[in-house]
Amino acid sequence: MAALDEVQLREGVDRETVETVQSMAGTYKHGWETEIEMEFAPKGLNEDIVRLISEKNKEPEWLLEWRLDAYRRWLTMESPDWAMLKIPEIDYQDQYYYAKPKSMAEKPKSLDDVDPKLLETYAKLGIPLKEQMLLAGVEGADEPRKVAVDAVFDSVSLGTTFQKELAAAGVIFCSISEAVQKHPELVKKYLGSVVPQNDNYFAALNSAVFSDCSFVYIPAGTRCPMELSTYFRINAENTGQFERTLIVAEKGSYVSYLEGCTAPKRDTNQLHAAVVEIVILEDAEVKYSTVQNWFPGDENGKGGIYNFVTKRADCRENRAKVMWTQVETGSAITWKYPSCILRGDEAQGEFYSIAIANNWQQADTGTKMVHLGKNTRSRIVSKGISAGHAQNTYRGLVSMHPKASNGRNYTQCDSLLIGDKCGAHTVPYIEVRNASSRVEHEATTSKVDDDQLFYCRSRGMDEEEAVALVVNGFCKEVLQELPMDFAMEAQALVAISLEGSVG
Amino acid sequence: MLEIKNLHCELEDDSEVKILKGLSLTINPGEVHAIMGPNGSGKSTLSYVLSGRDGYAVTDGSATLEGADLLAMEPEERAAAGLFLAFQYPVEIPGVGNMTFLRTAVNAQRKARGEEELSAGDFLKIIRAKAKELQIDADMLKRPVNVGFSGGEKKRNEILQMAMLEPKMCILDETDSGLDVDAMKLVSDGVNALRDAGRSFLVITHYQRLLNPIKPDVVHIMSEGRIIKTGGPELALEVEENGYADLLAEAAA
Repeated sequence: MAALDEVQLREGVDRETVETVQSMAGTYKHGWETEIEMEFAPKGLNEDIVRLISEKNKEPEWLLEWRLDAYRRWLTMESPDWAMLKIPEIDYQDQYYYAKPKSMAEKPKSLDDVDPKLLETYAKLGIPLKEQMLLAGVEGADEPRKVAVDAVFDSVSLGTTFQKELAAAGVIFCSISEAVQKHPELVKKYLGSVVPQNDNYFAALNSAVFSDCSFVYIPAGTRCPMELSTYFRINAENTGQFERTLIVAEKGSYVSYLEGCTAPKRDTNQLHAAVVEIVILEDAEVKYSTVQNWFPGDENGKGGIYNFVTKRADCRENRAKVMWTQVETGSAITWKYPSCILRGDEAQGEFYSIAIANNWQQADTGTKMVHLGKNTRSRIVSKGISAGHAQNTYRGLVSMHPKASNGRNYTQCDSLLIGDKCGAHTVPYIEVRNASSRVEHEATTSKVDDDQLFYCRSRGMDEEEAVALVVNGFCKEVLQELPMDFAMEAQALVAISLEGSVG
Repeated sequence: MLEIKNLHCELEDDSEVKILKGLSLTINPGEVHAIMGPNGSGKSTLSYVLSGRDGYAVTDGSATLEGADLLAMEPEERAAAGLFLAFQYPVEIPGVGNMTFLRTAVNAQRKARGEEELSAGDFLKIIRAKAKELQIDADMLKRPVNVGFSGGEKKRNEILQMAMLEPKMCILDETDSGLDVDAMKLVSDGVNALRDAGRSFLVITHYQRLLNPIKPDVVHIMSEGRIIKTGGPELALEVEENGYADLLAEAAA
């Protein structure tokens, strides 16, 4: 089914993200499940499943062929084993590759037709699906902000808000399945142009079975009138989520895009293999912020999401600019390296990351800065926090190609340890193939200091409050790069993720 | 206000190291007491044991604040009950704004006492007024807690925290150490401004010089984990002139 063409989400959901953030308390908060009848494709993966997904999305022949090509390549590839992760064997035949709420079988015409249970899910998560002014609710924020939301539930997009207003600005923001129908020329031109089908094992898998997610197109010279966001929810059990996002920023345009994710608590592990491709043309700028709050598994390491994600931005023309900001608190295993290809001259890439691993979580995450153009610049600020029995690895590549004269990179990697059973690792790869480029790398490792905690407690904070304060201080350089209410959410998340890490 | 009876403590990791050996002390509301004594007499340990720092095991005796058993409380509960320790070496917390730190602390205490939290606006008003009184410039409020502060700034920051948290029982652990004359004046002015019939002070110091501007009601001399002599302000002057040797000999006799 193609997603909702003209869904206008009018009434019903009016809670604001900020409100939810303020009420955040307790351990993993989004672990509940929406009880709803689902339609599944049969378990397992083969060419018929790929065909079925393509058919469900009413895709053109070329896209089906593209998927099948990816699937055939995937069969010849092997799961990467170079990361510092212990990945249990994944049975790819024991998964569902397509799940859709039954109530979405008929294309809803308006919000009244969308199953209230689905809308409730987002209300409960605090995602505003009502087109309204969003008050940031933070000191100093005097301007109300608008955020358009694309809500993705398992394999389908429920609808996208503010479509009309965005359309008036010439911005296309819709689910990718809808884009395939309405803007096939754009999708065909850019899909796979940043992350090719055979880029890596998980990208190939995604290319074969990707279900839904967002498509963003910002026309030349346009500053997107509001922030765009996609919210993923994995609900169905034993179901992989394979969303694919494609963002195209034409010459001189600007967009800020936010991504959030959660999933119910389950004993079994769930697979998530997403691909994000961003194409940035001359003088355009894209900011991409992620708060990843997948279920990380329980305190004994049972359950949780396996997160294998390929994110890449191609600064294809001169002075193109991209900024990745990510806060990772969730998922049992994280394998993720949002990258910047700095192809145009004077292109700029920035990567700001907070990765928190608690209990038995494993994270191997970082970035790649590939400098191809002249006078390209990149900056990496990575803050890794390990607690419990977790292992947290920063892995980053900075590559200066022979033609990337006067390239500049600055990398700062800080690790913070809480307790004595966790680990932090920094693995930088630096390749410089010309004489005029300069690369700087700084790394530190520290522990949350007992003296700091006692100081805070002697002023009245309890132990967890004290840890959260110290850790938020450690993360500050990254948090301040996030949009305001996202930053608040992230701060609250930092506190929640570390609960039980001391004492 | 504060009543300490026969307090004994040793290092948690090494029970051979006994630090407090039967210390008793009573401070009434509104009184300012000073504790002086040679290095290693257990003065700082006393402040840590009272505020609940890890690493010390109390083996005997009691300490109560307005009748409540301090030793049974977590450090944050002691703070909410009205105890405040001005640290000898205030700790740096990178990335956390001084203002954020204080607001978190103030509201944590209010919450613990079942009071309403201060709004950002109210908090700002109060802290600005208090900072002005203590001659702390706005810049210092924005900087990360104690990071890059001079010795004097750190101590003034402790006094600012004290002023904001409005404790009933303030312990100053060698707050005068490392201060020049001007900084010491600011600190003692700050303390004097906070003197109140409902608030008591325990000032731990090596030197008499802090006790000129902060005139104590009672002076105790501490040695080997015990109070060996108690007197009025004149006792501090005696120490300043003659050192501890005579007093120690007297106590040993």
